[in-house]
Amino acid sequence: MSAVNRPVNRPLSPHLQVYRPQLTSMLSILHRATGIALSVGALYLAIWVICAAAQPRVYEWFQGFNGSIVGRIVLGGWLFSLFYHLCNGIRHLFWDAGYGFELKDAYRSGWIVVIVSLIATALSWVVGLRLI
Amino acid sequence: MSDLRSPLARARGLGSAKHGLQHWWAQRLTAVALVPLVVWFAVSLVMLSGADYGAVRAWIGSPFVMVLLLLTIGIGLHHAQLGLQVVIEDYIRSDGWKLALIVVVKFIAALFGLAAVVAILRIGFGG
Repeated sequence: MSAVNRPVNRPLSPHLQVYRPQLTSMLSILHRATGIALSVGALYLAIWVICAAAQPRVYEWFQGFNGSIVGRIVLGGWLFSLFYHLCNGIRHLFWDAGYGFELKDAYRSGWIVVIVSLIATALSWVVGLRLI
Repeated sequence: MSDLRSPLARARGLGSAKHGLQHWWAQRLTAVALVPLVVWFAVSLVMLSGADYGAVRAWIGSPFVMVLLLLTIGIGLHHAQLGLQVVIEDYIRSDGWKLALIVVVKFIAALFGLAAVVAILRIGFGG
């Protein structure tokens, strides 16, 4: 094999399957998953204002979907994704600024993110339903 | 540790393109902007539940809401396409597919973003 074609001996980082699942890695994966979900959710948001700009029957059709079982599950998932990605995003910004890297802090902030996003989702769900 | 660069890369000696920071910084800047916007939007959305066509249009059409909603959708879609680009770069190995998917994501974000802007302005200014 010539020197030019020789494969470079780069170190490979061990991947997901060799690790035991733990809170920190699960939350990291969930951040990405909710980010992808929210990208679709942002299109959903755009469709909402487009429907509101259209005829009333178009908006009624959109509202009809939101009120259906599937629509409610989608909206519930959308709300949770929003609150989770928001809370964990703030956690990431603190890391970017250099704070909270100790293992103890990473776990504590992780649990805070889980609890706050669950409470925010439940609260907005209950208040929202009461307003209807 | 062994040298991480291939002999060819070492011979070319180009190094990095020095454009990596821009994407990273834009992702963080949009994230910071979205924190208050998303909190405002989530609270508004809950307060709006059960509102009919007319009430929703009246809400979207008020100047204060128009500005914040335009910012939320515009910055939100920008943040989304920046994030999706990183996900695609991480998981898609083929250069062709990688490029194609990133371009499609950017086009969809631009299309829906502009459509939403037109819709909001139309509600606000009548038409």
